[in-house]
Amino acid sequence: MIHLTLVMALRQIRRNTLRSFLTMLGIVIGVGAVIALVTIGEGATAKVTADIGKLGDNLLIVQPGGFRRSSGFQSANAFTKDDVDAIRRDVPGAEKTAPTAGKQALAVWGNRNWRTSVTGTTAEYLEIRTYTVAEGRTFTEGESSAGQPVCVLGATVRKELFGSDRALGESIRVDKLSCEVIGVLTAKGQSGMGQDQDDVVLVPLRAAQRRLAGNNDVGGIYVTVASGRSTTRVKAQIEELLRERRNIVAGAEDDFNVRDMAEIAQTVSSATGALTALLGAIAAVSLLVGGIGIMNIMLVNVTERTREIGIRLAIGAMAREVLLQFLVEAVVLSTIGGVIGIGAGLLGSWAATRALNVPFVVVPNILVVAFVFSAVIGVLFGYLPARKAARLNPIEALRHE
Amino acid sequence: MSAAPSPVVEFAQVFKIYGAGDTEVRALDGVDMRIDAGEFVAIMGSSGSGKSTAMNIIGCLDAPTRGEYRFRGVDVGALDQDQRALLRRHYVGFVFQGYNLLARTTALENVELPLVYRRVPTRERHEQAMAALVAVGLADRAGHTPAELSGGQQQRVAIARALVSNPSLLLADEPTGNLDSARKHEIMELLVRLNRELGITIAMVTHEPDMGQYVSRVVMFKDGRIVDQGLPADVSFAGPISNRPLSQRGSA
Repeated sequence: MIHLTLVMALRQIRRNTLRSFLTMLGIVIGVGAVIALVTIGEGATAKVTADIGKLGDNLLIVQPGGFRRSSGFQSANAFTKDDVDAIRRDVPGAEKTAPTAGKQALAVWGNRNWRTSVTGTTAEYLEIRTYTVAEGRTFTEGESSAGQPVCVLGATVRKELFGSDRALGESIRVDKLSCEVIGVLTAKGQSGMGQDQDDVVLVPLRAAQRRLAGNNDVGGIYVTVASGRSTTRVKAQIEELLRERRNIVAGAEDDFNVRDMAEIAQTVSSATGALTALLGAIAAVSLLVGGIGIMNIMLVNVTERTREIGIRLAIGAMAREVLLQFLVEAVVLSTIGGVIGIGAGLLGSWAATRALNVPFVVVPNILVVAFVFSAVIGVLFGYLPARKAARLNPIEALRHE
Repeated sequence: MSAAPSPVVEFAQVFKIYGAGDTEVRALDGVDMRIDAGEFVAIMGSSGSGKSTAMNIIGCLDAPTRGEYRFRGVDVGALDQDQRALLRRHYVGFVFQGYNLLARTTALENVELPLVYRRVPTRERHEQAMAALVAVGLADRAGHTPAELSGGQQQRVAIARALVSNPSLLLADEPTGNLDSARKHEIMELLVRLNRELGITIAMVTHEPDMGQYVSRVVMFKDGRIVDQGLPADVSFAGPISNRPLSQRGSA
């Protein structure tokens, strides 16, 4: 009987194609919106996580200043080159260690200039940040320790200053520092946080300290953890070492912080995940509206087909068979709408992810949930009209004009 | 037919009362009636005579307020709605004045409908429905929808639908009411043929004296009571019918 009812329902839906389609449209849009938003959201989350992951989930960033409950983020003394050497020497899990000292500065070549971020560091920094050199070379050990006036340009800076001209061997000025361009980095694009990673000028640490900052401060230390070593362990060791070197007494809070990229990745992805859930919930409201649309049409349907119901009842249909028939019609309508919606949502989100340049990540769960939800909507909003149909008196129904 | 006909329909002091107290309306006021297997009975009377109420009760669409109605020996008053639906499904065929075919549905599918509720398998369903259409002379119109058929053809499809489940009783409610006089007689001849050749018991409600001439027995209702019954020739149609212009038009 359920098979026949299904056939009858499909026939009924086909008999009034336009109306059936319009009825489904609410569900199509609802399901489509949920699928699209969740899929795009997942794609964005995946991209952010992957970008942070590119920095390396074994990366620790050490910065001066700590978080104090009483007064918030606290500025504190910078590190020195000795701190960097101490980490390199005394923390066995630290694989690569790079100091950074940076500031925003105006880079000038000829009559062109470009405001960018200048970072004084060592050659190891490039390895840690996974920068590769497209043209020329990076600093030698000698240039680093001597603070030679040389620089490596990010792709954006190179383009802005030199356009199509040759950059290698040219001399640019960054504030008071004149330096020779010895290399250009391969373009990396935006970071997960939306920063242009190619808008940088790298110079030897000593050069930056002497010519730009005028002191011996190290603003930050990048440390990668050797594979097989626990990031948490290494982090703790660095903290212990720096507390000792900075004479922080037991019980006092750190005046520096060590950030673990894996932790940051987790925080960011949970934040984008929450956003995705919120968008999905908003889209789900339109599903509800779609369900009400189905109920509306089914009620009209029952009124319009009162005579048919009368005929069926007279011929010997039981009330529950009429109920089932109308319920199945509503469920078939809503599930077909759901399937079309899933298709439309996937198609739309595929196009959107292409346009936004984020990965297309299909969440199988949401497909199943959307399908089941659309069927449930059919049952919920189809029940009332179906019950109305089943309760008709056959004699009156037959007399209905 | 067997020598001793068995009753299909038995009314014993059947009352159908609407309202209560002063506003009480007795649609049926103590009716005794019997229709035997193989009979072709016309239930006649003016509007408000109770013939439609009697029809609904005979067809198990309604139950009497008081009194006993036995259909094939079963006390219908004691059945619930679903049981009455099952009784209709298996033993009663309906033909209505307005044909009442499903729109945008082929003649064959319309005729198949009662078999669907009887859970007859698809192939047998097609065969039986086709046979019923052959019996009413519409085999070549099986694929047509009601909109593509004339009134007379639609009514014949409806008769095929009533016939297809081989019912114990075919109930026809003003089957010729919407037709011109040539079609009226065609339909009546078809019903007579089904009654004689297939032995189908038919109860027909009509207010047209002409149509009463085709049947084996006429039961005349007035004010909820049976006032006369017998062979068509012996029953006076003049009284209750004369004031109905439609019937005069029909017999003209």
